[in-house]
Amino acid sequence: MFGFCSDPSILDGFNWFACYLTSATHLDFYGAFLLVMVLLAVTAPAALGMGMLGALALRSRFWPFQGFGKIYVNIVRGVPDIVFFLFVPIALGQGIEWLLHQARCPDWTEPIRQGTDFLVCPEAKLPPNGSPQWMYTTYSFGMAVLAFALVFGAFVANTLHGAMQAVPHAQVETAEAYGMTRAQAFRRVVLPQMWVYALPGLSNIWQILIKATPLLFLLGLQDIVYWARELGGQKTSIFSYPHPDWRMWYFLALLVFYLFLTWASERVFAWLGRRLSHGQATAAGERQRRAAA
Amino acid sequence: MRTCWESFEAYAFRALGREFGERLLPRGLDITFCDQVFLIGSGLIWNVYFAAVAIAIGFGLAVAVAMARFSENPWLSRAAAMFIFVFRGSPLFIQFFFFYSAFVLLPRSGIDIPLGFITLTVDTSASTTAQVGGVLVLVLNTTAYSAELFYGALQSIPKGDLEAADAYGMRGWTKFRRVIFPNMLRLSWPSYTNEAIFLTHSTTLVFLSAFPARQQVGEAFYYARYFVDQTFNPFVAYPLVAAYFVALTLLIVGGYGLVGRHLNRHLPQRSRARFRFRPQYIR
Repeated sequence: MFGFCSDPSILDGFNWFACYLTSATHLDFYGAFLLVMVLLAVTAPAALGMGMLGALALRSRFWPFQGFGKIYVNIVRGVPDIVFFLFVPIALGQGIEWLLHQARCPDWTEPIRQGTDFLVCPEAKLPPNGSPQWMYTTYSFGMAVLAFALVFGAFVANTLHGAMQAVPHAQVETAEAYGMTRAQAFRRVVLPQMWVYALPGLSNIWQILIKATPLLFLLGLQDIVYWARELGGQKTSIFSYPHPDWRMWYFLALLVFYLFLTWASERVFAWLGRRLSHGQATAAGERQRRAAA
Repeated sequence: MRTCWESFEAYAFRALGREFGERLLPRGLDITFCDQVFLIGSGLIWNVYFAAVAIAIGFGLAVAVAMARFSENPWLSRAAAMFIFVFRGSPLFIQFFFFYSAFVLLPRSGIDIPLGFITLTVDTSASTTAQVGGVLVLVLNTTAYSAELFYGALQSIPKGDLEAADAYGMRGWTKFRRVIFPNMLRLSWPSYTNEAIFLTHSTTLVFLSAFPARQQVGEAFYYARYFVDQTFNPFVAYPLVAAYFVALTLLIVGGYGLVGRHLNRHLPQRSRARFRFRPQYIR
């Protein structure tokens, strides 16, 4: 990074640390923090969309939809999370490969499960054999996002369903008295107002989502936990930057990172709550009205 | 191939150590369904141990932290709030890693604490094992989560009850023991049930992260992952471990329900706080 870093063995003190903390592996480590943020940025809307679909299914008057919504929400909420996070990517991966296998190699005669192996024909492999490394990374990242969206979608569906029911019923009736259809009343009256009721639940789910991100490590991605273990471990003098076991400090940094994320999102949600309460028929909304008057 | 009875003998207590069954775990094609049932089941011993010890110790500590958080001394209250924030605001997964790598750095021979006339030697070698160090992390974690619940309950103790206690001339310890503590417990019991459930579920993280499973002694999920690694088939071991945990959850709900009934026995049916299952998985 810096000019004086060419021979680390003669450095000491501040310069040593400046070079050490900007080495190529450390830049990867900082990139991994970005990966966490990307995961959060991609998963949150995905889970919200999934949850909206689930909540609409729960609300539906068409019973197969309603039944499907109930099964989805209850199964995911009833099974330990961690099992789900490890199960979904493998099961989904095998499921997709199996479907591709059926479609692309109809005349393949060997059984797919041979003892301890899961064998599909080469054309059904995902990502295709011989793909570059980044394809594999993207694939496993995509699987992780899917697992997160599935699990958190169920939590969100439950919260949104409750929020839709919390919108004062008289308002929906008024809308219908004005001749709006059920769908119109939902779009114009329920949908804009439900968020203030959903916010405490959503904020809670967001905090859980933040704390679930280190589980990426279990899915074999090179995330911050991977790098903290890698970089923190003892380095003998054959490395350019030898140091004793520093894992504790690396994990302390991760701890601080997560505490900061939690703290910052608490602040953002408090602000959002104030914004959304504006003009609402709730205690917080009433208090704002009085303060302004 | 083993019969079911043979796998029972070989693996039903394997989680206690090598001496309690087959030395080696079944491998590859040798794995039968019964092996998975019994070995994963034997791992539950450790899940129950981790959860029971953490809850037992964490309960007392949580009451103390909650009282500190509720106290009118700003420094005490702030320190307790900080403790709660640190352990609730960061992932348990990272806490395990952090504490394990800190325990590794402790001197093997123990730490001498001079107490004037006598020197106390704290044995630190056990702290890198899951059975001691892992439990310590779980204790700290559940203390923070439970303290937050108890603090919420302390804030909503009916004013009339406290006034009645004052009117009877109760103070200090007597007032705490007879009025504050029972009320706090009663109000927080439904959410404390959830805490117990999810602490039990989070015991699956112990061997998943930093703490090593020596001699392949692990908890239920450790064995489930072992089987999935060996057979590359997630459709047997994971549903099995999920089923075990559902059963464990029902047991906890039942047991805590009995205690909750006892705590609410003086109240009319309608005004009792009910338990609601509120999944808060990831910690």
